[in-house]
Amino acid sequence: MTQTQFSPSITSRPTYSQLQSHGGSPAILVADGSGGQALLDLIARDASVLDRGQIFFVTAGTEFGAQLREAGAKAYHQGLFFNEILTQYQAALAQATMATRIYLAGSEGLIGHATAEALAAGIDAGSIQGEHRGGIARRMQCVHCKGMTDDVTTDPFTCSHCGLNLFVRDHFSRRLGAFQGVCVDAETPGEVPETQEIKL
Amino acid sequence: MTIRFNDETFRDDYTHFNSPEAIQRFPFPFDRDDYMYSVNIESHTSGPKGTPFDVAFDVDEHYVSEMRDLAITLEQDPKRCQSLPHMELAGWDLLELIMTSKVADYPDLFELHRDGNAWRWVNKPLGIDDSFTFLDASTLPYGPMEYITRQAQGDFAVLDQRDGSLWMDAGMVTCQADWSLDFNIGMNFTEWHAPVPKAHEMRIFERALKFLMNVQQGAPSRRLNWTMTVNPRLDTSPENYHLWGPEKRTVTPENVGQKQYLRVELQTFWRLPRSNALAFPIRCYLANLQDLSSVPKWGRRLHRVIRDLPDELADYKGFTLNRPMIVEYLSQFDDGAETSLGIYPAEDQS
Repeated sequence: MTQTQFSPSITSRPTYSQLQSHGGSPAILVADGSGGQALLDLIARDASVLDRGQIFFVTAGTEFGAQLREAGAKAYHQGLFFNEILTQYQAALAQATMATRIYLAGSEGLIGHATAEALAAGIDAGSIQGEHRGGIARRMQCVHCKGMTDDVTTDPFTCSHCGLNLFVRDHFSRRLGAFQGVCVDAETPGEVPETQEIKL
Repeated sequence: MTIRFNDETFRDDYTHFNSPEAIQRFPFPFDRDDYMYSVNIESHTSGPKGTPFDVAFDVDEHYVSEMRDLAITLEQDPKRCQSLPHMELAGWDLLELIMTSKVADYPDLFELHRDGNAWRWVNKPLGIDDSFTFLDASTLPYGPMEYITRQAQGDFAVLDQRDGSLWMDAGMVTCQADWSLDFNIGMNFTEWHAPVPKAHEMRIFERALKFLMNVQQGAPSRRLNWTMTVNPRLDTSPENYHLWGPEKRTVTPENVGQKQYLRVELQTFWRLPRSNALAFPIRCYLANLQDLSSVPKWGRRLHRVIRDLPDELADYKGFTLNRPMIVEYLSQFDDGAETSLGIYPAEDQS
């Protein structure tokens, strides 16, 4: 599988490239779904990335867990959802030093959420890399009620917290790790445009 | 200088009004008959006497009522005021700048008594008389930025300067033209401007950023920006878009002159002394088409600007829907006569 090529968009929309190893620096590696393959590819290019590395993997129905567990990391954490291993990830961030590198791979939602956690823990943005793999589901914040909705694949979508119909903007906040959702029928309540798949 | 403060509202029954004096001093943003983006930055606190340009932080007839409206917005949504932890010193810088400026420009309305760090602040229009210790936040009822911006008209963004950019790391934002502080806080200059159309290709932001990063202490700058708003509503936030959005559909050919407002932002830029942050006040002025057209030059010019504006900009500013009605209404004030350059009302004959 190759990395995703997104169509040109506004400048706050994140872009991703292939993960680059920083060798044996302390490392926190986080992936979900087919992002697991991106970590395996990184390790294949430079195994020293695991010398002081910890892996956090969200299986999302994929089989990469077994290989990642055996890859030789200092620690391995696995969950069905990111929330199941979030506490362990936050603990690892709290232990991070200036030299620690963060490698993220998989869905845009995972990369966004994990980036936001890292920034909140005081990690410099320049120490965080992301490689996009898999689907194009987005993590969306409702600008009205502030609730987060994960795995959004359609535009518009319904806010899972307040129920408003929201359109999917490309405007992205690294601090929140989410795109912005704005009421689509504010001016004409009830007139909701036809639902479409989110485009790359 | 005595100001008679209006008792008015900016929501629900919308009793906001502009006196004839307020119309004459309105910061009309168009200095010619067409509009396109530019880095239209000039030096601040110089301008004709009585205009919003010859004082640091303009206080006008709307002051008391606007502060009341801000308090309502903040009570309903406390996230309109946020400051990341490293920005407290910048908050004190801003407090000092606003207090000393208001005292210098309006000595009959404000007093500041300083004995070392023991300060006493008197705000007569709002009935405030507080004593506190400068640089000790425990002696104020709010953080320093929130305390002073609850007493100053307009929005305030406080920008940290590092890594070759400006970062929106603190702000009080209750009368914004449809952007969210809560979403944008922590973003750099390029990120928070990302949704603006056309300006990136024109390299506007690149040049503006270069300028802003070099603003020096004691040498503030300003620019005007504008959009359109239905009803005199200060809180046109994305957070409440589902509440004010439907009002756009209430404009008719009969009421467009009263209900359609030109919304002007007087943006100023100030280097802060201790934190090296940049204060970015965004002061909002509202006037409806009917009042603006009472100035012949502005009636003619506004018609031409709105009629000829690129579609993309009308879309971004959110008035595509009502634009034909606005242009039709304004056409009655445009006799085709030439207009003089510059923004001030006086020169042209009716």
